[in-house]
Amino acid sequence: MLSSQIKSNEIVFGSCNKDLLEEIIFYGIGLGADFVEIFIENTDNSSVLAEEDFITSVSPSFGRGAGIRIFNGKKDGFVSTNDLTKHGLMRSVSQAIEMLDITDNKRELFNGLNKHRDYSLSKKKWINEVPSIHEISEKLLVSTKSLKKNNKIITRKGSYSRNLQEVIIAASDGTYVSDIRLHQTVGLNVIASDAQYRSSGSRRFGSSGMPNEFRLWDHEKAANDVFESSMNMLYADYVDAGQMPVVLANKFGGVIFHEACGHLLETTQIERGTTPFENKLNEKIAHESVTAIDEGISEGSFGSLSVDDEGMEPEKSVLIKDGILKKFISDRAGELRTGHKRTGSGRRQNYSFAAASRMRNTYIAKGEHSKEDLINSISEGLYCKSMGGGSVGATGQFNFAVEEGYLIKNGKLTSPVKGATLIGEAKEVMPKISMCGNDLELAPGFCGSISGSVNVTVGQPHIKVDSITVGGR
Amino acid sequence: MNSREITTQISKAADFLNLRKWDYGASFSNDYSVQVDKGEAKQLKASQKQILTIRVWNQSNLVGITTTSDISESGIKKALKQANIASDFGNKNESTEFSPLAKDPIKVKEVKKRNPVGIKKLLTVLREAEVKLLESHESIKSVPYNGLSESFFERVYANSEGAFRSYSKSQAALYLYARAEEKNKKPRSSGSVKLGYGADDIDIESCIKEASNKTISHLNYSSIKTDKYLICFSPESFLTIINAFSSMFNARSIIDGVSLSNKNSIGEKLSTEALNIYDDGLHEKNISSTPFDGEGTPTKRLCLINRGRIENFIHSESTARIFKTTPTGHAGLGSKVSVSPDWIVVEKSDENFDLKTSLDHSTYEGEFVYIEELNAIHAGVRASQGSFSLPFDGWLYKNGKKISIESATVAGDIKYLLKNIVNIESSQEVTTSGISPHIWVDELSITGDA
Repeated sequence: MLSSQIKSNEIVFGSCNKDLLEEIIFYGIGLGADFVEIFIENTDNSSVLAEEDFITSVSPSFGRGAGIRIFNGKKDGFVSTNDLTKHGLMRSVSQAIEMLDITDNKRELFNGLNKHRDYSLSKKKWINEVPSIHEISEKLLVSTKSLKKNNKIITRKGSYSRNLQEVIIAASDGTYVSDIRLHQTVGLNVIASDAQYRSSGSRRFGSSGMPNEFRLWDHEKAANDVFESSMNMLYADYVDAGQMPVVLANKFGGVIFHEACGHLLETTQIERGTTPFENKLNEKIAHESVTAIDEGISEGSFGSLSVDDEGMEPEKSVLIKDGILKKFISDRAGELRTGHKRTGSGRRQNYSFAAASRMRNTYIAKGEHSKEDLINSISEGLYCKSMGGGSVGATGQFNFAVEEGYLIKNGKLTSPVKGATLIGEAKEVMPKISMCGNDLELAPGFCGSISGSVNVTVGQPHIKVDSITVGGR
Repeated sequence: MNSREITTQISKAADFLNLRKWDYGASFSNDYSVQVDKGEAKQLKASQKQILTIRVWNQSNLVGITTTSDISESGIKKALKQANIASDFGNKNESTEFSPLAKDPIKVKEVKKRNPVGIKKLLTVLREAEVKLLESHESIKSVPYNGLSESFFERVYANSEGAFRSYSKSQAALYLYARAEEKNKKPRSSGSVKLGYGADDIDIESCIKEASNKTISHLNYSSIKTDKYLICFSPESFLTIINAFSSMFNARSIIDGVSLSNKNSIGEKLSTEALNIYDDGLHEKNISSTPFDGEGTPTKRLCLINRGRIENFIHSESTARIFKTTPTGHAGLGSKVSVSPDWIVVEKSDENFDLKTSLDHSTYEGEFVYIEELNAIHAGVRASQGSFSLPFDGWLYKNGKKISIESATVAGDIKYLLKNIVNIESSQEVTTSGISPHIWVDELSITGDA
């Protein structure tokens, strides 16, 4: 008896919280809400930094909180709190109701929560299976040592972070879901220097739901890759600016599609009226060689989910098929406000953000050409082997930094060049992706947007863009 | 628990765990924000947040740290235990101590803390602002990015040697980004951000006017030819560049080998003697000021560049000890303590005889590019290499006409940029990240579509 009383007055992870959650939702519906959603999380994170041959930072963190979202028609009120008691959650519901100025008790129907869908059952052991800080530290130090391949390398860093997030999601449509998410990421960075020359190299690797993945990570291969990249770029000249054809490498080259086009296919952009593709469903928006996919189901990929942050299982969404726009990426608010069906893409950084339509694993599908076919087809252009970050502006212009680039002359790769930036607009560039390679590969990344920073995968095979503006000196 | 109770609780729990040396930083906030869409409330948000970061020193004087949002008795105990475990992996190569200035008096600006105006008033104000902005010009069709928020927060630092600092304040922000559309032309967008101590302090009319004028001024646009140009940086864009390359003045970055400067760079000439740069977190115009840093060191005004030469670096406790100087009030609180500037103030020094004073953005009739705002800093700046390639919003002034530039980037090297400053205008402007006059730089590369 005592035990159940305790349970009913505070959210307890790992226990049945159904009665308390139903009580909170009934309370919100009773006050006149059209829809009530509760997202509760408990996190256990740690990060480790190795610099040169020392561990210089170990940062554990843990936390818990709830985000409560109330809909009144198409508008919503969102309240977040660290107080997971019944009193705290009810106070948050009241606050959201008051913010929305709901005064009519229209009494939407709430029939109680559905049967609990517990995706966490097989995942509870993960916390004991992930590597210990000691194990992580040892491997990071071996990795940074591997980067010390000559005296031109002046800075070596290895970083690891692990995020373990336990979530409970309940809503007035009956949704009642629990899950545990595990993300691990490891990165290596170097700075090389020789007289007035400087270059840098970096690579990041990441996985979801695979506690053993860090142990399997081939640090030697990664270190070689980062080292070679920094050495290749050390004496590189600045690229000459201009319009030219480019070949974008696979893996993180996919950031161009993510930033330039993917964001414009999120329903949040339709809501704002900031996407040129709003009324282009079933119309050609890209070259016929382009098929693009967003999904959350590839096992172990950084953007994969068992269930999204609104309690829906992620689907595989074919966004563009042979150049024709087929689908938008949608969440609950997106469906409500734009009519596009949810795709299991409601995502948020943590409880303090309301979910929004966000990409997961997003990539251009493989084509039929080899990488050499693409390069051989260009007489003068740029090969972008490694991309840095990028962004898209309010009117659709994008830009990407090229971390490692090479000139193409007469169908061959020639000298390395630095300082290149790719500039354009999605609707102008998408029709210019004329060739897709047969070597699709994915790479992990972090995407910052309206609902915070979320783990994603970008990817593509090698692709050729017939003409794009390259910023340089 | 209030901050005094948290300190007592940590002290008790630390005694229980036999941890003799500890410090902590905490923040508590209540935030309220609204967004609108064509007169309708879109999203209304409120949040109560608490974050506690505890550091402990073990018997080998190695530091461990933990951050938590669980500020209950059990949460504090758990955090101390975790920090103690983490201390086994503390940095043996570089020790951390309490700031020697953690008990020095702090200067707190005399600003009355505002009371919340409430979500309903925020919503009414933002709705009216959106309507006015939409009505300001027929081509402005929407305000896709908008928001009005107010925040109330408290920051605390305390340590086991009796240092205790607490500071609470309020802050409000309004942003309006309009989108203009005209037939057969690309949509254009621009906006404005205003800060105040409370929602009632924000100059809403000037935010609307600025967002409208900026957006309309970009309606007539054209591509620019790739070439080298005489550039006039707006105060905001110059401060963006200085902040992006602030690792030049950052002792942490120097120790880590990711700065263009080194330990011996004090006195190095970077620019014209006419240039002075300060970091002044306590400046009267800095709405976001806090009187102490993450280690409890008082915030103060510090000269970074004096007459074109590097004068000081910004420090934490440990970097100051390594450089044999005192902390400057720029530390965070972390396992590895970060160092960052507060609020940059750029001004013209007395040694300004070599400047081309005829270069004034409001009167100069020759050809130049005016850079209003730099974008995508995270993607286009290589701070450790000194290079940048950044998209920008701006205009080309040519033959007495001003035309907005469509999708272009400016590229260069920070040391080249600073050396090629040819004028520093007299009048300074206050922005959200600092104060600066317009700065003129000769011969920077612009890439355009023309």
